[in-house]
Amino acid sequence: MKILVTVKRVMDYNVKPKVKPDGSGVVTDGVNMIVNPFDEIAVEESLKLKEKNGGEVVVLSIGTKDTTTQIRAALAMGADRGILVLADGSVDPDAAARLIKAVYEQEKPDLVVLGKQAIDDDSSQAGQLLAEYLGLPQATFASKVDVAGKTVTVTREVDGGLETISFDMPGVVTADLRLNTPRYASLPGIMKAKKKEVKEFTPAALGVDIAPKVKVLKLEEPKARQAGQKVPDVATLVGKLRNEAKAL
Amino acid sequence: MDLTLPEEVQLLRDSVRAFARDVVAPSAAERDRTGAFPTEILRQAAALGLYGIKVPEEYGGTGASMLAYVTVMEEIAAACASTAVSLAVINLGADCVMRFGTDAQKKRFLTPLCRGDLQAAAFCLSEPHSGSDAAALQATARRDGNGYVLNGTKQWITNGAHAGFSVVFARTTPDGGAKGITAFVIPQGTPGFRVGKEEHKMGLRSSNTVQMIMEDCRVDDSLRLGAEGQGFEVAMAGLDGGRVGIAAQALGMGRAALQEGVRYAKERKAFGKTIADLGAVQDFIADTAMQLDAARLLVWRGATMLDRGLRITREAAMAKVFSTEAAGRAADRMLQVHGGYGYVNDFPIERIYRDVRVTRIYEGASEIQRVVIGRAVTAGG
Ligand SMILES: Cc1cc2nc3c(=O)[nH]c(=O)nc-3n(C[C@H](O)[C@H](O)[C@H](O)COP(=O)(O)OP(=O)(O)OC[C@H]3O[C@@H](n4cnc5c(N)ncnc54)[C@H](O)[C@@H]3O)c2cc1C
Repeated sequence: MKILVTVKRVMDYNVKPKVKPDGSGVVTDGVNMIVNPFDEIAVEESLKLKEKNGGEVVVLSIGTKDTTTQIRAALAMGADRGILVLADGSVDPDAAARLIKAVYEQEKPDLVVLGKQAIDDDSSQAGQLLAEYLGLPQATFASKVDVAGKTVTVTREVDGGLETISFDMPGVVTADLRLNTPRYASLPGIMKAKKKEVKEFTPAALGVDIAPKVKVLKLEEPKARQAGQKVPDVATLVGKLRNEAKAL
Repeated sequence: MDLTLPEEVQLLRDSVRAFARDVVAPSAAERDRTGAFPTEILRQAAALGLYGIKVPEEYGGTGASMLAYVTVMEEIAAACASTAVSLAVINLGADCVMRFGTDAQKKRFLTPLCRGDLQAAAFCLSEPHSGSDAAALQATARRDGNGYVLNGTKQWITNGAHAGFSVVFARTTPDGGAKGITAFVIPQGTPGFRVGKEEHKMGLRSSNTVQMIMEDCRVDDSLRLGAEGQGFEVAMAGLDGGRVGIAAQALGMGRAALQEGVRYAKERKAFGKTIADLGAVQDFIADTAMQLDAARLLVWRGATMLDRGLRITREAAMAKVFSTEAAGRAADRMLQVHGGYGYVNDFPIERIYRDVRVTRIYEGASEIQRVVIGRAVTAGG
C-alpha cells in the first residue's frame, strides 16, 4: 500500500515563543525547529502500516528550503522518499490542504496520514479540508488504525469516549497523541536518509494559488498571570470570588 | 567558516537527545544508588547504531564521523555519565579491532558487537602498578607453539564483566619497553581469563569497573591483534580520538550541571527574590555557560580535524583538559547554587559532581595532557 504522510516544521515546544515587536508573528531566528509531534506520530503509523502490509511511504512538507531537514527526519525514521513544496510566507490550512490535494493527484496514494493538528497554530483543519476537497472519507483523531484488505478501521478519540468507524481506501486519517510512540531515528537510518530522494515543487507548478484566505492581523503576548493569593477562611474566599473576581 | 552542525549530525543529536531524555535519564539516579549495569539501555543503544559509530557498514557499523561520535557522547553523558563511559569503551574496543584487526577478526568481533549480540567491549591497558606510564605494564604473553600464554592483572577495566571481547595488552619481550608489547583480542569465557574484584567508585556507579585476571590464559595466533611488538601502537592509535570523546563526555555532564543549576536558581527564593536574580549566582551561570561553549568549540575542532585525517595530539589534549576542568567547575558551582540541597541526592547535581571528577583522571590525567601540550608548543607545534 502507498501512504502519503505530511510533516510540518514547527518551533521546538521547549522554546518559549516570543512575539515580534511589530506583532506580525513570532521570532523564529535562531530557534530550534522540529517535526510537529503529531506528524511524527503520523509518520510512525505510516511506517508500521508499511511494515505490516508492504508498500511505500512518501513524506510531504510545505515550507522554505530549510524544511528539508524535517523531511530528512522522517526519511531517517524509515520513510522512502520526500516531496517539498516550496513556500516562503505563511501558508494557511486551506492553502495547505489544496497543495496536499495537488500532490495526492500526482501520487495517487491509498492513504493520506496527517497529524491531527500542528502545535504552532493549533488549527486542526488541514486533514478535514483535504478529505472534503478530494471527496474522500476521513477518520480524524485516530488512536488506533487497522487495515484489512481495502478496509481501514479507525478508533477515534471523541468527546466522552471512543468511536470506531471504517472506510474503504483511499481515505484520510489524522493522528492523535495516543496512536503510538514514534521510534527514534537510528544512526544507520539517518545516514541512509541522506541518499533518499527529495523532490521539490513550487505551488505554481502544482497549479495552486496559496494567497492566504486567513489574514493574521496582530499577535500579542498573553497577559502575565497574576500571583495566587492565600485566604484564611472560606468566607473570605467567597467574598473575593464575589467582589474581586466577579465569579459568583 | 561555518560552525553549524551538518544536517545528519543535527538529526542524530535530536534523535539521541530524545532517546537520552526518555530512556536513559529516568533510571540514572536509581542505577547510581544500586550500581546496576544499564543492560537494557545499552541493548537499545546498540539497536540505534551507537555501538559501532565509526565501524564501516560491511562489518555492521555505520561508518559515521568523529563529529557524530562526540555528539552522541555529549547527549548521552548529559543524561547519564555511566552509560556514556560504557558506550565510549565499547566504541574504543571496536576502534582497535577496526584499525588493526584482520578481516576475519573484524567479522568475528565487530559484526556481532554492532548487532548488539555482544553486550560490550573492554580495553585492558592499565595495571595495578602502571597507569599514566602505560608502557611499564607487566602482564606477559609467552610464545607457546602456535599461540601465546598470558599472565597478569589488568586494573580499572570498564565493562570488564560484560565484555564479549577484550582488547588486552601484554609484554612479549621482557625488557623491550613500549616495543615489547603486543595486543590481543580475547573472547569472554576464554579459559584462564576471568573477572576479578569490582571497584566501588565515588561516581560512574552504574558503570562496571573490574580487575581482569589472566592465569595461564592460552590464545592462538588468530587472536593476536596486529603484529608482535605493535601493541603500544595499537593502544595509542585511538588515543587522540578517545581524548576528544572524553572531552565530549565531560561537556555533556557540564551542560547537565548548568541546566540543573539554572532550573534550581529560578525556583529557589531567598531574601524575597529568586536566587537567579542574585549577582553572585548570575556570575556562576555566566562563567559556566561561557566555559562550556568554549569547551564545545575545542571538541568540535578536534573532531572535525580528525575527520579530515589530521594529527591532533595537541588539539585533543587541549580539548580534554579544558573541557574536563570546565565541567568540573560547572558541577562545583552549580552544586553551590543548590546550597544544602546540592549536598544530598535529592537532585541530580550531587551525582554529576561525583561522576565528573574522574574525567580529569582517565584517558590521560590533566597533568599528562599539560605535558603533551607544553611539549608540542615548545617544539613549535
Ligand atoms: C573509573 C575508571 C575507569 C577506567 N577505565 C579504564 C579502562 O577501561 N581501561 C584501562 O586500561 N584503564 C582504565 N582506567 C585507568 C585510567 O586510565 C588510569 O587511572 C589513568 O591512566 C591514571 O593512571 P593511574 O591511576 O595509575 O595514576 P598514576 O599514573 O599513578 O598517576 C598518579 C598521579 O601522578 C600524576 N602523574 C603521573 N605521571 C606524570 C607525569 N609524567 N607528569 C605529571 N604528572 C604525572 C598523574 O597525573 C596523577 O595525578 C580507568 C580508571 C578509572 C578510575
